[in-house]
Amino acid sequence: MIALPEPKAEVLARRDDIVAGLRSLLPADAVIAEAERLRPYETDGLTAYRQVPLAVVLPSTTEEVAAVMAFCHREGIRVVPRGAGTSLSGGALPLADAVVVGLMRLNGILSVDYADRVAVVQAGVTNIGITQRVQEEGFFYAPDPSSQLACMIGGNVNMNSGGAHCLKYGVTANNLLGLRIVTVEGETVEIGGAHLDAAGYDWLGLLTGSEGQLAIVTEVTVRILRSPEGARAMLAGFRANEVAGACVDAIISSGIIPVALEFMDRPAIHACEAFAHAGYPLDAEALLIIEVEGSVEEQDRLLGQIRTICERFDPVSLRVAQTAEESAAIWKGRKGAFGAVGRISPDYLCMDGTIPTSRLPEVLGRIGAMSREYGLQVANIFHAGDGNLHPLIMFDANDPVSMHKAEEFGADILKLCVEVGGCLTGEHGVGVEKRDLMDVQFTATELDQQRRIKSAFDPGWLLNPHKVFPLAAAAA
Amino acid sequence: MSVLAPGSEAELAASIRSAWEAGEPLAIQGNGSKAAMLRPVQAARTLSARALAGISLYAPNELILEAGAGTTLAAVEAAVAAAGQQIIAEPPDLSALLGTEATQTIGGVVAANLSGPRRVAAGAMRDHLLGIRAVNGTGEVIRSGGRVLKNVTGLDLCKLLAGSHGTLGVLSAVTIKVLPAAQAWGTLVLAGLDARAAVAALSAGLGSPYGVSGAAFLPAAAAARVPALAGLGASAALVRIEEFADSVAYRTGRLREDLARFGRADLLDDATSRAVWRAVRDVTPLAGGPEETVWRVSVRPSAGPGVLEAAETAGGRGLLDWGGGLVWIAAPAAAAEAVMAAARAAGGTWMLMRAPETLRAVLPVVPPEPPALARLTRSVKAAFDPKGILNPGRLFAGV
Ligand SMILES: Cc1cc2nc3c(=O)[nH]c(=O)nc-3n(C[C@H](O)[C@H](O)[C@H](O)COP(=O)(O)OP(=O)(O)OC[C@H]3O[C@@H](n4cnc5c(N)ncnc54)[C@H](O)[C@@H]3O)c2cc1C
Repeated sequence: MIALPEPKAEVLARRDDIVAGLRSLLPADAVIAEAERLRPYETDGLTAYRQVPLAVVLPSTTEEVAAVMAFCHREGIRVVPRGAGTSLSGGALPLADAVVVGLMRLNGILSVDYADRVAVVQAGVTNIGITQRVQEEGFFYAPDPSSQLACMIGGNVNMNSGGAHCLKYGVTANNLLGLRIVTVEGETVEIGGAHLDAAGYDWLGLLTGSEGQLAIVTEVTVRILRSPEGARAMLAGFRANEVAGACVDAIISSGIIPVALEFMDRPAIHACEAFAHAGYPLDAEALLIIEVEGSVEEQDRLLGQIRTICERFDPVSLRVAQTAEESAAIWKGRKGAFGAVGRISPDYLCMDGTIPTSRLPEVLGRIGAMSREYGLQVANIFHAGDGNLHPLIMFDANDPVSMHKAEEFGADILKLCVEVGGCLTGEHGVGVEKRDLMDVQFTATELDQQRRIKSAFDPGWLLNPHKVFPLAAAAA
Repeated sequence: MSVLAPGSEAELAASIRSAWEAGEPLAIQGNGSKAAMLRPVQAARTLSARALAGISLYAPNELILEAGAGTTLAAVEAAVAAAGQQIIAEPPDLSALLGTEATQTIGGVVAANLSGPRRVAAGAMRDHLLGIRAVNGTGEVIRSGGRVLKNVTGLDLCKLLAGSHGTLGVLSAVTIKVLPAAQAWGTLVLAGLDARAAVAALSAGLGSPYGVSGAAFLPAAAAARVPALAGLGASAALVRIEEFADSVAYRTGRLREDLARFGRADLLDDATSRAVWRAVRDVTPLAGGPEETVWRVSVRPSAGPGVLEAAETAGGRGLLDWGGGLVWIAAPAAAAEAVMAAARAAGGTWMLMRAPETLRAVLPVVPPEPPALARLTRSVKAAFDPKGILNPGRLFAGV
């Protein structure tokens, strides 16, 4: 288990005063302090870790956020920002002596401008909510994490989330123009705006993916894009992971960048098929889902070219969707992958390392060997075009030995990712989960450099202080 | 002025370490092609990354390239072109505009976060920066990012250092994402529109489902300086498609119908398209003399025509890229206040790209930051460069 820092006894002792102080700043229903009502906030998507916070506040405006931050700063109280709480790395996990600032009531879409292709939304708007708002005009917000029904744009910004289509459209960082933030002192600051490439230091780039370490985001200016004429998927099953990997290489080398290029290994194929009945080939060792965009003729041409490439790799199955419905059927299994694995195993850890795509066969081989050594099943789903792996390690959380082994197994996978030239996390963030592995990827000097930046924004380390940086280093 | 040009990262670190010990400021550059930009740096010595040259890794099938910061952009572009790929941000060659013969380095392009017309569709240089190696102001080697396409491990120092103009660290190597170059280019030209109508047309193009990869407007005076457009004798609104050849034909056809309400659109062929967009990218239609000021203003696209008009009223010339959002302006020194006021009124930002040194020393070369951000700028600068020896004053006086 990963250790949480000792709560400040002095803060715990002042709990009632602190709650009263918060109540003086916010409407009555925006401050939660009763044990049973705090319970829903005790964890996030990394459910193995739980901690009830001191209090939860649910501000409805930037001004309320600023008032809470100024108060907590003055009182020396730690703050944990929270969107929808879907983080898979424990990014939104509370601390016993911290106030959780939940952004879900900041849920307004403030403006949409189709001519300039931007929307200004509050931090608690869901990812899908942006696309739903603009799709009637034929537009969409591009980054599409699988959690998009629930997760919020403020969380996406802080995790720099990706999605199945980021091979073409980029991740969150590539689709932002501006932020409104509240600093740890409670000051409101505008970053960027509706224009590209603000001058001065790239605050937008630094804040994106900063995991709630630097500031609270209350508003986000996103780029919206016109949807393509259409999109269609195909599915190709292969006899071995290496063969599917080589096929991915061949597609990219041909000069075609599909909008999505997803990979599933045998256990993932079986889990998804049992769950979704998507018609996945059960005799394949590896499966690719490939999507292209454009007019119907353009889709036909691209899918034809990709099909020809796939045929060179002796596929056990090849299916090109002819209609939107057939495309949706191909995606159905992949989109339900987490739920599917959840049906086989009560608990699973979703890992998120990235590797150089050329090392895929070797890495999958070594993950397979580890799975046998640890005696834990693993299913691999991954964004093949960009090398972002999602091994799902299945275990039983009621069994401390199983849980411990799963964590060790996960850590070994991430170390392997770094060893082959990759990184600890491609899109889920470091959070608490990978905090103690940071020194596998970075030198002490590099971590110090990052900590000095954290200190520049948050000299007292009040914002989400137990995440991202190894605990000993953070306390230093 | 003496120039240090260390030949290895270790030597680079040692040079900075000793400058730090001595508290001696350094002017940081690659080949100095961007010396005309921003504020002049007061430093007895110059530290150049030019000897840190060479492509250390290029894996076309993984879409990545790593090179020493001193590698010339031309060398990188030639290497990727040989494999049918390109730097998608389309970095400009501003040598004519900035009045320099120096060949730019990849480190300089990244440190200035310079992108071309494709930025509006495909992202900026910083969006395709995967990894950096840099030396901070105390001589420590810092890596961030890496050689993989997706990475959110730790704070993103790649983006922070891109566009920091050598004030936070000296890049020793960069890893960038490269992408396939499109098979064919096609450009629609609508002649004779005024700036507002042109930006409306560009906006319609960028808001279409056809994947427009460039959208620019050249007023008549600028168009006259582009050989392929000079014959128009009028302004030119340009909309670009880069795709497989069949798709270029199809998409420009559909776009032409969509844009018919703005006027007739003529199609430029592949070779002409490339020449025209090179001129837009490099801003050659505005190249002038050393007494002029050159501004790069970024605003929301619909505000571009207003900024252009303000600059013209003040005696300047300009052109619009990024669908109207990027306003390039060449103007007499006296137009400075008007340009900055127009950018400010539009809620945008600016960068002074070229001006006589006396002006660069006194004008805000980028917009002054509100107090809270100015404080962060100083403390983040101190977190990298506590003695303020790297390019002091290049962006802001005293930082
Ligand atoms: C089933 C499932 C599928 C997923 N699929 C994907 C996927 O495809 N791609 C992907 O990238 N991720 C995925 N995730 C992970 C997760 O959804 C993302 O990290 C998401 O961006 C988190 O958003 P959230 O609103 O839930 O944020 P939270 O989990 O509440 O918070 C995330 C982090 O951001 C901070 N934070 C949140 N809001 C703010 C704010 N306004 N200001 C400052 N800090 C803030 C928190 O402190 C925390 O550190 C998935 C998760 C699940 C459960």
